[in-house]
Amino acid sequence: MRSTRGSAEVGPDALFEVRDLSVRFATPRGDVTAVRGVSLEIGRGECLAVVGESGSGKSQLFLACLGLLAAGGAAEGSATFDGRQLLGPDDAKRRSLLGTRVAMVFQDPMNALTPHLAIGRQLAEVALDRGLMDAEAARARSLDVLQAVRLPDAGSRLRQYPHELSGGQRQRVAIAMALMTRPELLIADEPTTALDVTVQAQVIEVLAEARDRGLAVALVTHDMGVVAGIADRVAVMYAGRIVEVAPARDLFAAPAHPYTAALLASVPRLDASPAERLAGIEGQPPSPGVEPEGCAFAPRCPAVLEACRRHRPLLERFDDRSVACHAHRRSQGHGS
Amino acid sequence: MSERLLSLRELTVGYPMPRTRLAGPRPWFTAVDAVDLEIDAGRAVGLVGESGCGKSTLARAILALVEVQSGSIDWRGQPVRRGDEAALRRMRREIQVVFQDPVGSLDPRMSIGESVAEALEALEGRQDGATARGRVASVLTEVGLDPTLAGRYPHQLSGGQCQRAAIARALVGRPKLLICDEAVSALDVSVQAQIVNLLADLRRRHGLALLFISHNLAVVRHLCDEVAVLYRGRIVERASSASIFAAPRHPYTRALLAAVPEPDPAIRARSAAPELRAAVATESVAGVGCAYRPRCPLADADCRAEAPRLEDGGSGHLTACHRARAGTPAGLTR
Repeated sequence: MRSTRGSAEVGPDALFEVRDLSVRFATPRGDVTAVRGVSLEIGRGECLAVVGESGSGKSQLFLACLGLLAAGGAAEGSATFDGRQLLGPDDAKRRSLLGTRVAMVFQDPMNALTPHLAIGRQLAEVALDRGLMDAEAARARSLDVLQAVRLPDAGSRLRQYPHELSGGQRQRVAIAMALMTRPELLIADEPTTALDVTVQAQVIEVLAEARDRGLAVALVTHDMGVVAGIADRVAVMYAGRIVEVAPARDLFAAPAHPYTAALLASVPRLDASPAERLAGIEGQPPSPGVEPEGCAFAPRCPAVLEACRRHRPLLERFDDRSVACHAHRRSQGHGS
Repeated sequence: MSERLLSLRELTVGYPMPRTRLAGPRPWFTAVDAVDLEIDAGRAVGLVGESGCGKSTLARAILALVEVQSGSIDWRGQPVRRGDEAALRRMRREIQVVFQDPVGSLDPRMSIGESVAEALEALEGRQDGATARGRVASVLTEVGLDPTLAGRYPHQLSGGQCQRAAIARALVGRPKLLICDEAVSALDVSVQAQIVNLLADLRRRHGLALLFISHNLAVVRHLCDEVAVLYRGRIVERASSASIFAAPRHPYTRALLAAVPEPDPAIRARSAAPELRAAVATESVAGVGCAYRPRCPLADADCRAEAPRLEDGGSGHLTACHRARAGTPAGLTR
C-alpha cells in the first residue's frame, strides 16, 4: 500500500487521476478561469496535499471532480477514480461513487451534520441509504468509526445531537461519517482550519491513521504545518496552475519553485529568531479573470528572468519532483 | 521607565446563560476571571489561548463594550467606568482596535478614504477638506497603501489591502494602544507576513503599544515582548516572550506549543513527547481546584483541592500551577 510514497508520481496504478482539468465560471463581468489545465494523481494509501493561497483554485479543482461547482461553473478535462470518469453528464455514475468509495470532509463541520438528528442516526443513514448494510451492521459500524476518530464515550455519543458537541468533536464526527462506507479516497478541504491548534493536532492524527490503514487522502489546505503533519507528496498551486509537485520532505528541505520558497518563508516559525522580519510576498496574485502572458508569478518573483515575462513555463520533471519555472530549469543545466 | 497605559485589576466579566430550571438564580458564565494585566507605552503584549478562553471578551471589556462584573480598568492612571463618558471618550481616542474580518470591519458603501476620514472626524472633529485629505493620504501611505486607492471601495480591494485600510482607520487619530483581535488570522500567509511586518514597523516608528490577541503562537512570538496565556478566563502563565517560548512552565502552555504544527520535518521528528499533547476536556470542572486539571497529565490531589494562584517563579515569569512551582519533572521538558 505504501510503496508509492516518496516519489513524485504514482505510476500507472493511480487510484485517482486528474488530466488537464480546467474550471471556468460564467460571471456577469465575463468568464473567470479558476483552474487552468491541472493534472495530478493519487495512489492508494497515499496523502497528496494541495496547497495554495485564497483564489489559487485548489478547492475548485476538487469541487469540480465531485460535481459540486457553484452555478455557472463548468469543468473541462478528465478526472477518473479507479478508471471511471467523474466529469461529464453521467450523474448516476458519479453518484454511485461519491459518498461510498469517494468521501469528503469540509471546513465547517456544522454544515456536514443535520442539527435535528442524533449522531447515531446520521451515521447509520449514510450506509442504510445506499443499501450497504442492515440496521444492525450500520449501528456496529457507527461505533467502530467513532472509535476510529477517537471520540471519547462513543456509545453515548450516538444518542447526542450536533449542538452537544464541540467544534473539534463535530469535525471528528464528520470524518467518522465519511469513513462509514469504507471509502478508498477521502477529499478533505481545509478540515482543520476552523479548529484550535490542540484539536487540529488530533484531527490530523486521525487522518494520518486512516491513511496508514490504506485510505488515499486529498488534503486541500493553506497551512504548511498541517501539510507536514500528514502529506506524502505536495502540489503547490498558484493562479490556477500547479507550479511544483514534490515529496513532502524534499519540498520542505529545498523548495524548487520561487513561489514555494516564498510561501514557506512567509510562515512565522517558533524556532526562528523573533527579531527577523518575515519574508512575505510583495504584490498580489493576478486576478482570476486575466490570463497573464508568461509566468503568473513573474511580477512578484525574486528570481525572475526575461523569458518568464514572455513564455509560460511548463511543469517539467526533475528527478523526484516536477517544477514549472524557467529559473529552476536553467539552474538544472537545461538552458533556456 | 515608560508610562503605564493600561492596568487591569481582578477584572471579571460574565454573561448570563439561558435558564435550565425555573427556580433558583440564573446561571452565569464567567468568561474573564479576576485577570490582572498591565501594558506600558510602546510594549507589545500577546494574549493567547483557545477559542472560548475569554480573549475577545477581555478586549471588549477594555473597550467598555461589555459590562464588567468586578475589578477595575485604569487608563493612564485614571479609573475608567461605564457611564463615565468623559473618561471613556478620552480612552477611546487613545485605544483603537482592529478585528479579524478586514472586509466586514469597513463600511461597504464608503470608499476607504471616506472610512478613514470618518474616523478622523469622529475623534478630532470636522477639519477643513485639505487638512483632512492630507491626514488620510499620509496615514494610508503609512500603512503601505497608495493614496490613489483612497477612492476605492472595500470590494475592489484584496483582503490584505482591506486590513491595511482598517489599520489606517485605527491609526488616524494617533492612538497609544492598538488592540489587534485575531487581526492577521483570516489572511493568507504571505499577506499575514506583510501585516505582521507593518505592525512591527508601526511600533518602532511611533512607540505604539499593542495588545495582540491571537491563537497563532508563532506570530505572537514574532511580534510581542510579553505573553499572557489565558485558559478558561484565567491567566495561567505570563512572562517575557523570550522566557515563555524558551521555557514554558504551565502544562497548558507546553501543550499549546507542542501542538503547533511544525513545517520542518527535521524538527518534527524530535518534537513533542506524546504525554505533552493536550487532551480535550471531557469533564467540566466543578468550582474548586485548577480549571486545567481534567486535561493535565501532571494533576494530583493539590490541583483538585485548590485553584493555583499566579505566582512569580523567578525573574518575573508568572505561573498559576501547583506542579510547576514544585519543579518540572524531567520527562516533561520540551
